[in-house]
Amino acid sequence: MQIPNRLQPFYENLVFERHDNQMVINFGPQHPSAHGQLRLILELEGEKVTRAVPDVGYLHRGMEKMGENMIYNEFIPTTDRMDYIAASSNNHAFALTVEKLLGIEVPRRAKVIRMMIVELNRIISHLFWLATHALDVGAMSIFLYCFREREFAMDLMEDYCGARLTHSSIRIGGVPLDLPAGWLEKLKSFLEKMPENIALYEGLLSENRIWKMRLENVGIITPEMAKSWGCSGVALRGSGIQWDLRKEQPYELYDEVEFDIPVSDSGDSYGRYKLYMEEMRQTVKILHQLIEMYPSTSSEIMAHAPQYISAPKEQIMTQNYSLMQHFVLVTQGMRPPVGEVYCATESPKGELGFFIRSEGEPYPYRLKIRAPSFYHTGILQDLLPGGYIADVVTIIGNLNIVFGEIDR
Amino acid sequence: MRQYKPQANAQKKVYYSDRFYEKPSLPKESLEAFPEFAKELELLSQEVKVLESYVERGDWVAYIEPKENKKALAALKRMGYEILSEMSAIDYLETRHGFEVFYQLLSMEKHHRMRLKLFLPEGMELESANDLFRSADWSEREMYDMFGIRLLHHPYLKRILMPDDWSGYPLRKSYPLHGDEAAQWYEVDKIFGKEYREVVGPENRDAARIDRYDTTRFARMGHEVPYGEDISLGEKETPIRYQEEGGVVIVEKLTPENSKQLQERK
Repeated sequence: MQIPNRLQPFYENLVFERHDNQMVINFGPQHPSAHGQLRLILELEGEKVTRAVPDVGYLHRGMEKMGENMIYNEFIPTTDRMDYIAASSNNHAFALTVEKLLGIEVPRRAKVIRMMIVELNRIISHLFWLATHALDVGAMSIFLYCFREREFAMDLMEDYCGARLTHSSIRIGGVPLDLPAGWLEKLKSFLEKMPENIALYEGLLSENRIWKMRLENVGIITPEMAKSWGCSGVALRGSGIQWDLRKEQPYELYDEVEFDIPVSDSGDSYGRYKLYMEEMRQTVKILHQLIEMYPSTSSEIMAHAPQYISAPKEQIMTQNYSLMQHFVLVTQGMRPPVGEVYCATESPKGELGFFIRSEGEPYPYRLKIRAPSFYHTGILQDLLPGGYIADVVTIIGNLNIVFGEIDR
Repeated sequence: MRQYKPQANAQKKVYYSDRFYEKPSLPKESLEAFPEFAKELELLSQEVKVLESYVERGDWVAYIEPKENKKALAALKRMGYEILSEMSAIDYLETRHGFEVFYQLLSMEKHHRMRLKLFLPEGMELESANDLFRSADWSEREMYDMFGIRLLHHPYLKRILMPDDWSGYPLRKSYPLHGDEAAQWYEVDKIFGKEYREVVGPENRDAARIDRYDTTRFARMGHEVPYGEDISLGEKETPIRYQEEGGVVIVEKLTPENSKQLQERK
């Protein structure tokens, strides 16, 4: 039934065979080291890359469009599917943006729980990054070690919200649940083991000859390039620019906890690897402080804003007006004020921001997601030329890109 | 299949609104209260005509003429707004016959965020900011892909997220959520050809179609109708039964007392 010449590929205008010693190859979209559906069109001269054209969009689900056709609360599970390695960070960024639009203050306990979840997600994400990146470069055992610890961290997430990957663990106005009994002790015992685990990873990699040869002086991002491409997170700090939104534009309670922002001047993949390791240590430090902060908070976990946010379940079940309000908020959705707001958070990958244009209706008029990985993939076209084909795998892995977020 | 009718706004509509509800607005604060922003505004006004300027939730917003976007961006870059966090457009085709384009900028020295906005009438082209901010390269491509806004002097203005041969601009308000006719037939047209639309049948391209007597759909589990059975006089009753009621032969009922739970992982 199929007409053979009907199915024409998009790259019909590409000439794969050339006579000038150049070769054009397709890297992906089904390449195991591409961390998802990335297609790179590489022009090679011998083994040297002379031109790279990233092609994305294989995972495009139209999340912005979906967001514009959903009430605000409905969109939270969809945000899970963006950066699915650290789903709570997306929930958090979205909830924070809507809260900024509504102008509501989240209770202190909710803030502490949110920070715990987000920081735990950071560990999960960094461990995943290290595992897959090392696997790409050729180290197998590190993958198993990292996934072991990641499993424990995911168990903690599962204990909290019931999900391991797509958490939906943060609501607009707070968090849905208080911490379960004994959770903090489990977290504590997890954190106590973390430093020695990080030391184990570093022992396997930091001075490893192969690891250093593959990473040092590979994928150098200059500060100018990083700024121009809108890099954020480790990609920016790896270029010697000290910029972490948790420190520079603190949200939640990041101004109350003590932590350092590691910065590397080298700009290469090895420097960024070092930063990831140090960031994990800092996250452990933050989490220890949060455990201390938790008991002194009052038990409220959702903001009191009856116009926008449903009352606690007890109140809904006992008071008529709360029930009516809850019914309206669930069936019609909240109606935020007319206006625009942009709010950025430091997700494990970088600056994750949401832009919302509200026309005062239950559906956002425009919802734009600023995904860090989108720009970190764009930079590949400037970063890859000049390197070797073996470096391509290192650079893609090192930039920590996730395609759920790029294609949205 | 539902017939596809082009609409100016195919988005989800609010089904209930209180007649007397007045929408509140975010406060648009004057720049007088923000001397740092006022200073920057002065510098910006020397270069381009600023139509409107205010502070909204801590971000400085400035409206300019669409032709002066590059000039304004260059001026802002000199002022320290070195990072273009994102840029995109908002569709106002139905009400105002154009788009609102916004550039979200960040100054790392001053910890300021600002939004440069402009109104772009339909059909007008915008100057690309690619040589000022490389991140605009992909953002502009995405904007072109999603809204059909064409950019001048862009090095590689091609669709980025949608396939190259896609028709229509998905983020426009006129584009329906489940896709238009071309979207519905995209794979069939591409693989078999347009003439095969009739062979495939429109019912097989409707994602929302539910076949009531489809015995393979798991959603009807427990109420299956055997294939080929005549159901013109109604379906056979299939009462819901719970296995647990009378006890199950092989499966032992699990009680919390008899089950063992691991306290921690090894």
